[in-house]
Amino acid sequence: MAYEITLVTTMAISILFALSLNFITGFCGQISLGHAAFMGVGAYTSAIMMKADIPFLLTIPAAAILAGILGLLVGFASLRVRHDFLAITTMGVVFLFVGIVRQQEFLGGEIGISGIRGSSFGRLGFMAICLGLAGAFAAFSLLIKRSWMGYVFDSIADNEDVSRILGIDVSKYKLIAFVVGTSAAGIAGALYAQHFRFVGPDSFGFVESITVLAMVIVGGIGSVWGVAVAAAFLSVMPLLFQFVNDFKILAYGALLFAMMRWAPDGLAGIVARSMKKLRGRS
Amino acid sequence: MTYPVLEVSDVTVRFGGVVAVDGASLTIKAGELIGFVGPNGAGKTTLMRVITGIIKPDEGQVLLGGKDLAGLAVNQRIRAGLALAQQIVQPLKAMTLLENVALACGAEKTRNPFSAMVSFDRDAENRRALELLSRVGLREAANLEPAKLPLGYLKRLEVARALALNPQLLLLDEPLAGLNQSEASELADLIKALNADGLPILLIEHNLREVMRICPQVYVQDQGRPLAFGPTEEVMSRPDVIQAYMGGNTNAAGQ
Ligand SMILES: Nc1ncnc2c1ncn2[C@@H]1O[C@H](COP(=O)(O)OP(=O)(O)OP(=O)(O)O)[C@@H](O)[C@H]1O
Ligand SMILES: [Mg+2]
Repeated sequence: MAYEITLVTTMAISILFALSLNFITGFCGQISLGHAAFMGVGAYTSAIMMKADIPFLLTIPAAAILAGILGLLVGFASLRVRHDFLAITTMGVVFLFVGIVRQQEFLGGEIGISGIRGSSFGRLGFMAICLGLAGAFAAFSLLIKRSWMGYVFDSIADNEDVSRILGIDVSKYKLIAFVVGTSAAGIAGALYAQHFRFVGPDSFGFVESITVLAMVIVGGIGSVWGVAVAAAFLSVMPLLFQFVNDFKILAYGALLFAMMRWAPDGLAGIVARSMKKLRGRS
Repeated sequence: MTYPVLEVSDVTVRFGGVVAVDGASLTIKAGELIGFVGPNGAGKTTLMRVITGIIKPDEGQVLLGGKDLAGLAVNQRIRAGLALAQQIVQPLKAMTLLENVALACGAEKTRNPFSAMVSFDRDAENRRALELLSRVGLREAANLEPAKLPLGYLKRLEVARALALNPQLLLLDEPLAGLNQSEASELADLIKALNADGLPILLIEHNLREVMRICPQVYVQDQGRPLAFGPTEEVMSRPDVIQAYMGGNTNAAGQ
């Protein structure tokens, strides 16, 4: 039972994390190669607060706020640059994050922070919290997708110059996407710290950023269901198959390449096409 | 006193060594329909982009209803009452024509992101978008995606999308290009009708036949410089205007 709880909790945290990136990259079309940094900010925030005997539930909003503030700053920077440079800028953020954390004694430096006290909810209760938060963010994402905000995001992802000549304040919408997406990543970080009872600089680096991007692309950029399924599946792969864990970057790299080559619209696209075919036949 | 709808004064734009617009001035008063003509490379599109704020001029200013637009971003100028149908069409590719237009119809809903977040209903916008698409002759294509459509369709989509913004001044950059003879004169009729309903319009167009037919006044630009501005018949029969068109833009004017 304990093993299943661990699996489900891992899945739920990954789903929340992947959906948080999906909000920025999938909905608003802003690529990020450094999303793990925001999870890291949330994880460290929660870890330090837990060490200071603050109740776990209070660390969650704090993690969201700090990650969101960093997200706002990166968002402002993103307004000045375009696509390819945004990739480099966000990559810079994650290297900067890891570099800074390594140097800080109060963050545990190279070693990180271990022995984080467990929440008062028990393993099962914590799993329920993770599932609840992942579910809530998925529901929120679906709602936004249907709203006029989602409509505007679609236009920005499509062609932001056109959005502007339709009177849309592109910068405001992008900043909102960044703040929402990075805050949610911060929450995922707080859950991560509680789940593993440990945070370290290597947990939130470039590889983790690429991994979460792989989840979004494999799921189908912008598709809430697709990304959730991909995140659930890909997050437990390394736990189930040792070789995936050993060759993480290789496995995800190959998967990313295969998806970009043969199914750029991801699982969601594959499902949509098969449904169409089936319906066409009947 | 009432201000003219649009006042462009002494606008100059340089791209490196090229002077694309050179001291252009132009006034549009309430209810006017002005044809904006000139040979290729005359700087027409560039001046249009200065008006909408896509390009910042090196000199000169643009007033909309007496209000200086300097410092306003493109989207703010649209909110101030401008709308542009571009020469180089830019449909939103992942959306149907209807969705392209309905998004513009929802300008009130998209003004504030937080109200956009809690607005879901698109019925009114979809209905109005369909009406506008019908007006430009695209009703049948409403649910198609832009990728497979010919240029003439996308040109009219640009016009419908601009109209959807309910502008106080409509800027059209070669809307008739890519349309066949009958489509062109139909759209020209629509432009004329919109103007008759009181909408001021600045129309860049190479189809001189239609310009002569529907525009009471024309503004001619050559090599970035204003060449003539006045009643269409009179201006278009001026030797220097004919020369600018015939002689291409080698060294016809100003030397
Ligand atoms: N972004 C740019 N960078 C450099 N040069 C430009 C740019 N845009 C326009 N030009 C140059 O400025 C001049 C005016 O171009 P513009 O597109 O405004 O002309 P136009 O009158 O609209 O021509 P056409 O009738 O062919 O559309 C041309 O010489 C063009 O090459
Ligand atoms: Mg032009």
